[in-house]
Amino acid sequence: MRLQVDIKKRMKGFSLDVAFSVEGEYLGILGPSGSGKSMTLKCIAGVETPDEGRIVLNDKVLFDSEKKINLKPQERNIGYLFQNYALFPHMTVEENIGIGLRLPQKEKKQKVNEMIEAFRLQGLETKYPNQISGGQQQRVALARSIVYKPDLLMLDEPFSALDAHLRDQLQIEVLELLRLYEGGVLVVSHSRDEIYRICKKIVIIDQGRSVLFGDTKEIFNQPRLHTAARILGCKNISRCEIISSHSVRAFDWGLVLETGRPVPENTKYLGIQAHDFCLLDVAPDDSVKEHNNVIKGRIKRIVEGELEYNVYFSNGELEDENDNSDLIFQVRKELWDNRKDKENLFLRIPEQAILFLA
Amino acid sequence: MDISPIIISMKTASAAIALTFLLGLVVARWVVKLQSEKAKMVLDGILTLPMVLPPTVMGFLLLLVFGVNRPIGRFLLEFLGVKIVFSWSATVIAAVAISFPLMYRSARSAFEQVDQNLVMAAKTLGMSERQIFWRVIMPLALPGVAGGGILAFARGLGEFGATAMIAGNIANETRTLPLAIYAEVAAGNMQTAAYYVIIVMLISFIVVASTNYFSLKERKYTK
Repeated sequence: MRLQVDIKKRMKGFSLDVAFSVEGEYLGILGPSGSGKSMTLKCIAGVETPDEGRIVLNDKVLFDSEKKINLKPQERNIGYLFQNYALFPHMTVEENIGIGLRLPQKEKKQKVNEMIEAFRLQGLETKYPNQISGGQQQRVALARSIVYKPDLLMLDEPFSALDAHLRDQLQIEVLELLRLYEGGVLVVSHSRDEIYRICKKIVIIDQGRSVLFGDTKEIFNQPRLHTAARILGCKNISRCEIISSHSVRAFDWGLVLETGRPVPENTKYLGIQAHDFCLLDVAPDDSVKEHNNVIKGRIKRIVEGELEYNVYFSNGELEDENDNSDLIFQVRKELWDNRKDKENLFLRIPEQAILFLA
Repeated sequence: MDISPIIISMKTASAAIALTFLLGLVVARWVVKLQSEKAKMVLDGILTLPMVLPPTVMGFLLLLVFGVNRPIGRFLLEFLGVKIVFSWSATVIAAVAISFPLMYRSARSAFEQVDQNLVMAAKTLGMSERQIFWRVIMPLALPGVAGGGILAFARGLGEFGATAMIAGNIANETRTLPLAIYAEVAAGNMQTAAYYVIIVMLISFIVVASTNYFSLKERKYTK
């Protein structure tokens, strides 16, 4: 599947300006709540119209403001799984699944029965949506949107309406069910985990703008832009200045870091993932400290999570701190509880953990 | 007791509700689909006016339109040979004019309360606009639409002021139940008036009871 989107739309207090072009079977759109993800999907589905731009799916032009092309949603052949599933409450499971099929009664019935079986909905055929569980509703909605073989299936926050303990199991289930379907899948989510697990390619959207798109793993490993890094969950980001080809100064943290590899010229920010620091057991002597990116931390507060601690600290040698000076170190509980030097906090930043961001 | 007011009233209210129901639905659908918020507001105001104006004002306005010396009234009389004022059809016109806003407003809010996501979902499932209206919007709006229809019927049945002005109070022709009650009381026949009152109360009760029955029955799938 190939999807090209380049659209602009102005609304009250919000403007959407999204452009990306991706190829692959599983695409993800990642962005915080209210960043314009759902609106982007609606424009692709054709239930909302952009002010200008172009949308092309495979070789089919769905929308082109210059050429005055705007296919109706009915002509686009795109399946859309709504966040709340949008099942028709006055129709039974069977009727919901079959409503979009234009086939003779007999074939329709057969097709619907196939889906009911494949989606393990036997026995629920004549139930109304409010009489079945959230997971079952999701399967009905999924069955309904793939029964007529759309070219593209879009899932809008597919798991956000479910309880946390069901989510992981249902993710696996849904991925399994999606194998029955051969077209492209586009998943929208604010959950990095979900996107990382499901999608090979991603587009990152922030405040109505597409920030970055490309290969999921590549982008997660090297987000390249500080906005993207923030959305991808990088908690430590500092403005920086390039000192030499292999060293940078991080202003907010008051640190000079050796990078071990050439610093890209457009680097303006540095990022370090909260779990990438190495905890040192003993205070290193000065020469080691200098060349190994070691910070003597001043602990601000420690927040206990389920499996780990989040240690908020700043560089102990930094004099005038600002709002961005705090760093977060995420550490497994046993490692933290059993550390030898409880008086001081010495952390090393491994060279390969430094993210260069523009 | 003369039963002609009962028959006239039933005929008038039935004819009026048939017209009001269709007109209300079509106009409500049209207003809901309008893009401009301003146009919606202005239209909504105008369409609701008959509900808040005194019925005699509506009667006056109707006389301006259908009076035999007015363009429309004269046209109808001269070219089609139809005289509206002080005929049975005037009772229907008065009832429609007065009950229309009830139907229109109920239908409009019922349409607007249909979850837009469902309409969008229907579109992405390839359903045509017509299918969407009949299979998604109407069934979901039905309780509200039916409720509006019943209220409009009751209002049409009880119409007095505008009817008196445009249709008069002609026994056996335009004398509906409310007019008959007024006429009997004016003539001092309290006994006869009381019979009519009981009949009106009975019909009204049945109407209200059936509204409740309707709204309960229609919503079985939400339980």
